[in-house]
Amino acid sequence: MSRLGRVGHRLYTGELSIDFVGRRKLWYRISLAILVISVLAVILRGLNFGIEFRGGAEFRVPAPQCSVEEARNAAGALTESEPVVQALGNGDLRVQTEALDAGEPEQVRAVLAETCNVVAEDISTQLIGPSWGEEITNKAVVALIVFLLLVVGFIWITFERKMAIAAIVALLHDIVITVGLYALVGFDVTPSTLIGLLTILGYSLYDTVVVFDSIRENTRGITAGNQTTYSEAANLSVNQTLVRSINTSVIALLPVASILFFGAYALGAGTLKDLSLVLFVGIAASTYSSIFIATPLLADLKEREPAVKALRRRVELRRAAAEAKTAVRPVAASTPETSAESAVATATIVDPTERRQPQRTTRAQRRPGQGKKRR
Amino acid sequence: MATPTVTKPGRPLAVLALLLLILFGSMAVTGNWKPRLGLDLQGGTSITLTANTADGGAPSAESMAQAIEIIRNRVDSAGAAEAEVSIQGNNNIIVQVPGVGQEELVQLIGQTAELRFRPVLSVIEGSAPTPSPTASPTGTETSPAPTPTPTDAVGTPGAEAASPEPTSPAASPRPTAVQPEGQDASGQPTPEQLSGLNAFDCATIEPGALDDPAKPLITCDREGQTRFLLGPAELAGTDITDATAGIPQGDTAWVVNLEFSSEAADKFHKITQELSQKTSPQNSFAIVLDGRVMSFPRALEPIATGDAQITGNFTQKEAQDLANILKYGALPLTFTTSEVTTVSPSLGSEQLRAGLIAGAVGLVLVVIYSMLFYRALGIVSIMSLAVAAALTYATVVLLGATIGFTLILAGVIGIIVAIGITADSFVVFFERVRDEIREGRTIRTAVEKGWIRGRRTILVADTVTLLAAVVLYFLAIGRVQNFAFTLGLTTVIDVVVVFLFTKPFVTLLVRRRFFGQGHPLSGLNPERIGRLPVAVPRGAAAPVRTGVRGGAR
Repeated sequence: MSRLGRVGHRLYTGELSIDFVGRRKLWYRISLAILVISVLAVILRGLNFGIEFRGGAEFRVPAPQCSVEEARNAAGALTESEPVVQALGNGDLRVQTEALDAGEPEQVRAVLAETCNVVAEDISTQLIGPSWGEEITNKAVVALIVFLLLVVGFIWITFERKMAIAAIVALLHDIVITVGLYALVGFDVTPSTLIGLLTILGYSLYDTVVVFDSIRENTRGITAGNQTTYSEAANLSVNQTLVRSINTSVIALLPVASILFFGAYALGAGTLKDLSLVLFVGIAASTYSSIFIATPLLADLKEREPAVKALRRRVELRRAAAEAKTAVRPVAASTPETSAESAVATATIVDPTERRQPQRTTRAQRRPGQGKKRR
Repeated sequence: MATPTVTKPGRPLAVLALLLLILFGSMAVTGNWKPRLGLDLQGGTSITLTANTADGGAPSAESMAQAIEIIRNRVDSAGAAEAEVSIQGNNNIIVQVPGVGQEELVQLIGQTAELRFRPVLSVIEGSAPTPSPTASPTGTETSPAPTPTPTDAVGTPGAEAASPEPTSPAASPRPTAVQPEGQDASGQPTPEQLSGLNAFDCATIEPGALDDPAKPLITCDREGQTRFLLGPAELAGTDITDATAGIPQGDTAWVVNLEFSSEAADKFHKITQELSQKTSPQNSFAIVLDGRVMSFPRALEPIATGDAQITGNFTQKEAQDLANILKYGALPLTFTTSEVTTVSPSLGSEQLRAGLIAGAVGLVLVVIYSMLFYRALGIVSIMSLAVAAALTYATVVLLGATIGFTLILAGVIGIIVAIGITADSFVVFFERVRDEIREGRTIRTAVEKGWIRGRRTILVADTVTLLAAVVLYFLAIGRVQNFAFTLGLTTVIDVVVVFLFTKPFVTLLVRRRFFGQGHPLSGLNPERIGRLPVAVPRGAAAPVRTGVRGGAR
């Protein structure tokens, strides 16, 4: 574990740095590809809507002693269009028919009970009128829009406008990916899926807020200095919170994975599986987007600001000047005088062409007279 | 550097203890130890009715309240004792009945309830005939005809038994009310009608029964304590334009003001003229809603203007109640059955069991992971989660008892997901503390400083989740709303636990040597975390033993 601790420390100080912000073109391209696939999947394959949205009747036969074929024929004799019969993971049969008139559901139930040798009372049913699903969807869409607006406002107030924009883009990115995955694989879309989708939004923002909080700390007053650019500071933040991000995501995913396993395995279908599946996909997607999309995007947006641009110029000038100095004086790295002279962040002589991350020193190192600085 | 503030971890812990005491004490006192389970966890039938108004607008709150009243009465009459009728959103009514096989219920509760005005012909006290030697002559039956045809087959007492049944589909439309045939030219009840009234038993009234306005009607009042024989309907609810309850000027008693439309005003004038000349009880007209008599005021004088005032010893509640009934009758709501779900008890308990197992396994996984990553600090996670679980359970049970909060499967999932979210708060806190240790602070200082920085992150993040829950709650319906409530509840509990337990507990822990001095297994060992060795300890109470090994990492 101490090696991991060391990694944590090196991430924290900036020694070890994964260049999230710098390689943003790569992430953008990957995300774009995924988004395009998602959209295509939705357009071409469409979503597999459950009965709550289509309207109709659904019967669930536990421990049936009949085949899918037999059940379909038995129910089909009473309905106008052919029923859809599926065998679920745990052996139960799910029979879906079109909307039934009064009295017909009991008949279908009785016939299924007889054919499959099950007690009629053990067959669970669900009858949905066609406009009910529409009402649920409308309300959910309205909830989604209001939530997005509120969240934009909240982040705007607590942080700043550009962060709000970056957060919302990351959020929409998550939604599209999740929906695309559902379209691609053909998972059921039920009201539980909607619940999960809206919950993911909350979680995704939580994740993003944690990173942005760190960015805000690291970039406080940065435009007054000339040590690091905004992008570098932002990248450092992501690296520092990387351990935390991964941990929080794994911990959030563990219970969800547990529900998914038991829901899908034990029951085959239903609320447990629907809800946990969308949560699983969504949490994974939101971790990805907080790190690879939200932060680079924020850096991009901020770098357009005049103050930040000016900062970048100053930093580049400064580094060019430092290079010039090192080029003139070919002195080895470990001389205390040179170290002490050039102030904190660029004390290490590195290959000038190499991209530099701000090197954060610990308090121990900032104290003068502590002996040799160690890198 | 000295610890920044003198923290008193005892205080928040004491508050928490008090809170737990209150919650569990309430549970003990009221005798509730189990949460209310929703239908998808215990099995049952759930029927959702969507209300439609004649003009397509949204139904008013009073109309919905009245509709719920009507439906509740029907459900009760149908013998579904433990049924729950509640409103959802602004135009949905949910009827939940434990136990399956309630399809008949679906038929009758969704029917439109009509309001009619019928003249009273005779009144008898008592809900059922008392057995007496002078029984009704020729033992005429007054039970409603079996399986009626869709239009107006009505049972006729004394006539031949069930009229030949037409081959109508098995689906039974509304049951019918008891409506004797014929009427005396003078408007007096015939002997058959009177004997029918005598023999009538209020318990036999079918809920949601269809009554033909053109025929007389035998029925009872709401409480089922008085029997009425009523003439054919003279006015309908739709003839009313408005009804309000109030205290007229210069008076102290509550009255109900009734306004008829101009077309109906003439008819009303004629009716009141006739009625006012008769003697009690025939000078009353009954206000019949959904086949039962709501009120039967006497007409003391002819009313020409169509504006009437109903007086009686009304309390405010009674007056408003009647006004609402009249208003509802003016604009009756029609209902469409939007959703019917039956969950067999076996499926219900299966889902509950799967949910509980999943929760337990998830909890164990989270605990293992915490221990792996945070070593002995994982104990803090475990105990904090235990406290959170206790708070959640107690709150759910008490909410079930007070506001009728039911725990459905989506809610159970919400609570399980909350395990992860609560554990996340700990991670945020611990990582902050570790960051501070990396900075070179002593462990006890690191805890305090780490808390100050960490708690703001936790609060902001929890606010976002709470925001999602609130929006979902107010804008969504059905299960989504229930889930949102659970999500919000668990988020609040998360904040409570982190502030009142986790932080004080960690503060207490680091006062012990094992943690305070960073034992390798404590999760706070500076070496393992990766802090550089420090030559001079800063203001720590005891020398920090970090095993300074010059140069080694």
